[in-house]
Amino acid sequence: MSDGIGARVERKEDKRFITGKGKYTDDFRVDNQAYAAFVRCPVANAKINGIDASAALAMEGVIAVHTGPEMKEDGIGDLITGWSITSKDGSPMQCGVWSPMVTTYGRYVGDAIAIVVAETQAIARAAAELVELSYDELPATVQVEAALADGAAQVHENVPGNMIYDWEIGDEAAVNDALAGAHHVTEMRMVNNRLSPNPMEPRSAVAIFDEAEDHYTLYTTSQNPHVARLVLSAFYNVAPEHKLRVIAPDVGGGFGSKIYIYPEEITCLWASMKTGRSVKWTSDRTEAFLTDAHGRDHVTKATMGFDANGRIVGFKTDTLANLGAYVSLFATVTPTYLHGTLLSGCYDMPAIYGNVKAVHTNTVPVDAYRGAGRPEATYTIERMIETAAREMGMDPAELRRKNFINEFPYQTQVILQYDSGDYHKTLDMAEEIADVAGFAARRAEAAARGKLRGLGYSTFVEACGIAPSAAVGSLGAAVGLWESAEVRVNPVGSVEILTGCHSHGQGHETTFAQVVSDRLGIPVDNVSIVHGDTDKVQFGMGTYGSRSGPVGMSAIVKALDKVEAKAKKIAAHTLEASEDDIVIENGEVKVAGTDKSMAWHEIGLAAYIAHNLPEGMEPGLKEAAFYDPLNFSFPAGALICEVEVDPDTGVTDIVKFTAVDDFGNIINPNIVEGQVHGGVTQGIGQAMLEQVVYDDSGQMITGSYMDYCMPRADDVPSYALDHNATPSPLNPLGIKGCGEAGAIGSPPAVINAITDAIGNNDLQMPATPLAVWTALQNVKTSMAAE
Amino acid sequence: MDLSGQYRIPADVATVWAALNDAEVLSRCIPGCEELEKESDTEMAAKVALKIGPVKARFSGRVKLQDLNPPHSYSIVGEGKGGVAGFAKGGADVRLTQDGDETVLDYSAKAQVGGKLAQLGSRLVKSTSAKLADQFFDNFSKAVAG
Repeated sequence: MSDGIGARVERKEDKRFITGKGKYTDDFRVDNQAYAAFVRCPVANAKINGIDASAALAMEGVIAVHTGPEMKEDGIGDLITGWSITSKDGSPMQCGVWSPMVTTYGRYVGDAIAIVVAETQAIARAAAELVELSYDELPATVQVEAALADGAAQVHENVPGNMIYDWEIGDEAAVNDALAGAHHVTEMRMVNNRLSPNPMEPRSAVAIFDEAEDHYTLYTTSQNPHVARLVLSAFYNVAPEHKLRVIAPDVGGGFGSKIYIYPEEITCLWASMKTGRSVKWTSDRTEAFLTDAHGRDHVTKATMGFDANGRIVGFKTDTLANLGAYVSLFATVTPTYLHGTLLSGCYDMPAIYGNVKAVHTNTVPVDAYRGAGRPEATYTIERMIETAAREMGMDPAELRRKNFINEFPYQTQVILQYDSGDYHKTLDMAEEIADVAGFAARRAEAAARGKLRGLGYSTFVEACGIAPSAAVGSLGAAVGLWESAEVRVNPVGSVEILTGCHSHGQGHETTFAQVVSDRLGIPVDNVSIVHGDTDKVQFGMGTYGSRSGPVGMSAIVKALDKVEAKAKKIAAHTLEASEDDIVIENGEVKVAGTDKSMAWHEIGLAAYIAHNLPEGMEPGLKEAAFYDPLNFSFPAGALICEVEVDPDTGVTDIVKFTAVDDFGNIINPNIVEGQVHGGVTQGIGQAMLEQVVYDDSGQMITGSYMDYCMPRADDVPSYALDHNATPSPLNPLGIKGCGEAGAIGSPPAVINAITDAIGNNDLQMPATPLAVWTALQNVKTSMAAE
Repeated sequence: MDLSGQYRIPADVATVWAALNDAEVLSRCIPGCEELEKESDTEMAAKVALKIGPVKARFSGRVKLQDLNPPHSYSIVGEGKGGVAGFAKGGADVRLTQDGDETVLDYSAKAQVGGKLAQLGSRLVKSTSAKLADQFFDNFSKAVAG
């Protein structure tokens, strides 16, 4: 079947997206519509003494102004964290209280203080400017490395020293012994720069309270509407689950930032009840910079030891992770179980130790962002091994090959067990495509033009397909991470898939339909995907952690198994054959080896007409499944970046970027390539362009695209991609997940290439022209001194 | 943000000093000044309309004069609030030196901005401030000379 697994089917959803017909949260205009704007904390740390809304309330068109203490009085709960981490001394983590709106202290610039509800968005925003705050500004802690210093300003009274947890993984004594006896030791300090997620569609909420039914509806930009409903009802006390419908319609990108249930959505629901109006809020871009959960913001000191043959003997990391002013929903797991467990990379490391100290600062909360912990681990490992190769005078690819894991399953020293892979062949393929053999000539040719050419590698593995419920539960997760699916065969034979995953750019409407097409032999046009509405779809966990393929599609396969089994029974009964002889091929249900068959739509009709079903069979053809994965999945890849640096200006041009990935079996190569393009581009953004900057007082000074530089088309090359698939043995489709790999693997490849070009390993991200030029001057200065 | 500068004003030190303390002169010279009131010998309140990059707002501010050493030097500290547009606060040390018929005025200032001014305009604050200072002293020189 041409629409099946592996086919380059064009994305079914693109017609509405590229013709401007997508329907996003802000597109919904409902009865009784009013608009909200938020009054936000203007400084990084403040005690709020008073809020004077009289001028705002006097404005024509203003409906109400409400504040945090009122919400508290109404019993609206504080925000929760979804994952508890235990410190190395056995004590539970400590985190500050996060109320949806400030009750006394504003703890970062942008912290919500009051909501203004008005007849139009313009009035709401203008009125918000008239709300007068009186406050005492307090000292703020801003930079991650300052948070643990003696005398640092306390972000929360109940979190002494701003330390949320001091966590460890691995065997410190074993690593210390190994490093003490190492032939060569490489040490580095690396900053994983703070990023703003910047989905194309900003966050938005439309909250509708129906007084007659005592019922709430929330349209919102969510990657996981069921989790939003659960949290809003069970913890934030907005409404019981059956009185709350959450709809995440078309969503224009998330990258993790739309996993979390933010103060604004909670407040809009409550304000809808308070005002008796439907309340819509849509973030503007500066508000998004100020309040969307940021990503990364780690500082890591790493030590890697090698024996005389270049084999890794021990690896130790010491990381400071900035979680911001409050602990966001999955913030605690990102630097720990999504980072520390990846410290083995794709290498056979006999001893590993990682320490992570997570701290509060007076900045916006930091949480999972495309890759979530795995980019941080990969950056550390891949820069260390490349730098070590240079220090030892070895070829960086050969040093990697010496240390690659060769046999699977492989048990790392840091919890994870990798299921499958073929790292050697993947690297061989990448070197071939990147024409590494011809690099020396290209470098010489560039030098003749006065340019510095460099080549950098990154061979990564990551853990996605999140995640086995019991395993994550034992590590502190408050939720299970299975996924659900329902397959509804209509009486005419068309199929609806109800999935708990949520598509916000991933192309589920196409790939999920391909899985059905492959199994049942019907065209993808006869399959529709229903998602994103808690009234339509059974409970599901949503989309993040590259889980929709390995977990979400596996649930669909399990439901399809049940549908097929019932269809075969119906066919066997109708065609008077043995059930064991029935096969499904090309849209027909056949008796193998005969010309007896039923078309798929005839099966559907038979099931629903129910005039002639096997004895005792229920009518209808609709089956559901919940799939809990057996393990994470482990996509891996080899990335090679080639750059050319202008030594006079530091301007760096990526001339070639090669990515060979192992995503296991691929459902739709077009979509997978799109994910790699997007992921690598975000990684290049991190490596060269993007950084959120707070000044010393905690004011964000990168609050617009004038100062926060996103990658554009001319910043990236045309990528050279290929695949080396080793199917995952642990899920029915043998797939591994591809959504985050590009962002996980690419930053170290870029920085390794630039540092190769300029001959200085001391370079932090983002490698702006100024940073590269400065690093080059430092090389010249040190050479002049010698 | 640090800012400093030097201006030559065509008047003697005593005249310059007096003008720097004259609310009427200042209100004429400060670009965008809508109101300036002297609340005491050392305190003034002002309303100033400013545009810094994409941020346009009316700032209400108060300044205080300290370490007065008439007619040679003083320090100014103050803060201005422009609603959601943000705020600015800081201080400046001002020194006057007689040079022939003229007075050389040196200043060095430190300022901190917040809100939209910081988020959107931080790169523009310094250049705009320098431009406003030039405009002020240009106006001031004319006022004092006239």
